[in-house]
Amino acid sequence: MNPGDLQAPDIEWVALSPSLVVFAAAVVGVLIEAFAPRSARYAAEVVVSSVGLAGAFAAVVALAANGHGTSKSQIAGMGSLAVDGPALFLQGVTVLVGLVSVFLFAERRLEPVAHGARVDSFAAQPAAVPGGKAEQEAVRAGHTTTEIFPLLLFAVGGMLLFPAANDLLVLFIALEILSLPLYLLCALARRRRLLSQESAVKYFLLGAFASAFLLFGVALLYGYAGTTSYAGIADVISGEPSHMEPGLASTMGNDALLLIGGAMVLMGLLFKVGAVPFHMWTPDVYQGAPTPVTGFMASATKVAAFGAMLRLMYVVLPGLQWDWEPVMWGVAIASMVAGAVIAITQTDVKRLLAYSSIAHAGFILSGVVAVSEDGVSSVLFYLGAYSFVTLGAFAVVTLVRDAGGEATHLSKWAGLGRRSPLLAAVFALFLLAFAGIPLTSGFASKFAVFSAVAQSGGMGLVIVGVLASAVAAFFYIRVIVLMFFSEPRPDGPSVVIPSPLTMSVVGVAAAATVVLGVAPQYFLDLADQAGVFVR
Amino acid sequence: MNPENYLYLAALLFTLGACGVLLRRNAIVVFMCIELMLNAANLLLVTFSRMHGNLEGQIMAFFVMVVAAAEVVVGLAIIVMVYRSRHSASVDDASLMKL
Repeated sequence: MNPGDLQAPDIEWVALSPSLVVFAAAVVGVLIEAFAPRSARYAAEVVVSSVGLAGAFAAVVALAANGHGTSKSQIAGMGSLAVDGPALFLQGVTVLVGLVSVFLFAERRLEPVAHGARVDSFAAQPAAVPGGKAEQEAVRAGHTTTEIFPLLLFAVGGMLLFPAANDLLVLFIALEILSLPLYLLCALARRRRLLSQESAVKYFLLGAFASAFLLFGVALLYGYAGTTSYAGIADVISGEPSHMEPGLASTMGNDALLLIGGAMVLMGLLFKVGAVPFHMWTPDVYQGAPTPVTGFMASATKVAAFGAMLRLMYVVLPGLQWDWEPVMWGVAIASMVAGAVIAITQTDVKRLLAYSSIAHAGFILSGVVAVSEDGVSSVLFYLGAYSFVTLGAFAVVTLVRDAGGEATHLSKWAGLGRRSPLLAAVFALFLLAFAGIPLTSGFASKFAVFSAVAQSGGMGLVIVGVLASAVAAFFYIRVIVLMFFSEPRPDGPSVVIPSPLTMSVVGVAAAATVVLGVAPQYFLDLADQAGVFVR
Repeated sequence: MNPENYLYLAALLFTLGACGVLLRRNAIVVFMCIELMLNAANLLLVTFSRMHGNLEGQIMAFFVMVVAAAEVVVGLAIIVMVYRSRHSASVDDASLMKL
């Protein structure tokens, strides 16, 4: 080979197939938007997204069955992506959540038929001024925003890369790939469009602010170590770089670069999971965004961001454990307490679920802080269980409606258990799982996390966690009491009978909640096997 | 010239951008301040790349530029949409959800 010839990179196509399949489906979706006639787009998009995500799930299962999660775990794509147990487990969860979310997005029986056309819960013409002439024309013509499906696929693709990123550059790119479609999806509600637009602008400005911090932290870590690969940085932190250069010799003694850089990267990730004190955006965005998007975002973003955080903590920064542990303790405690206490005062069911998600971010963080293999596998199990409960809860919220759209004010939910016992019972199941009552997945996952924390000597965290759970149980049970033991209001909302799409979402979520609660052992073993990071 | 001076300049630009995000009220100006922060990170990357004598930082700066462009597309779309429905781009006016 002559000097100056470019060497072609070595890509392990098979090991990277899950994310490649999803991105391919997203590109096909964009082409459908460009070339298919308007009437054919909805069906084509739903089929392409479902097939793409199902294919990606099959790829994840095949890789895991081949031992890529355990004995054959590897670093793929020229050192940029890891294919190992935690990555495959979280990719599997994310793809499943994405697949179920496609059904939730595709639901068209909830909104009243507008001018002879069934419509979904997304704006007819998002660019048109709310209530303006252009919007009325679009509604009359029965237009729908089928672009939501490619946007969902791109977001899922970014979420697949995020927990697998093994290089700070990939971490940043994956963060942006998953965030940008979500900003847009937040703005697309059919009803209450001003709220939806406001939530999008808040999410966008704060999200971009947080990713700028993450990027600056990445630059500082690069300055410290002279490389962006996770293993390379870990080597420099432990004082054994693979090769020494004069530039590295001058920077690797500079702990300020390392500490500030690490803190800023963590800050960006804590923003994405919505932990206190970076939680300010959560309630507003969860409330304003279209409810199917909220469900997807609340579950899948958390899975991806906690995956990236675990890898960062366990692969890059284990040498700094004594520095980040007290900080993360503080963040975990603040999230659990603030989430649980502020949720008590909420009167809107979506805001209530938002604060409950902040409290859950605290519970999961305490599992991250338990620096052990048990800690990793308990967090993996928690994320799997929690994401389905969340998705199911938001799917139920889409069904309770009155003339103005979804009835999210809690006072309107009074007596729902007498009018629609089945739906109220399912929602009560999800709330009990959030509260961590035995025989639901919430109990199994909380038990796994807290026992891992206790074993690694974090008794203080466990005590605060249990107390916060008790406070949280109070407002979950208050909602259940409201639904079952108070008189229904005459002008109260009604429960819309959905198509099989939403029914399957609620059914899958309820089944996952019960199965993971009654017989969690198989899945705990699965998470146990997946608990080792490749380096 | 000592490349370290560029590090101080980058930190200064980043701080200016962060202060702008927190203090300014117009969404477009806030967004420009975020872009300033991204460019400060770029300057940092390129300077470190020079100090370490490898190209990873410069490659990353290219990626950041592409990401910043994509962010402008999405961000301006959202801000313009809000401006058209409210006739104001002030971030203080967007407060329908305060309880």
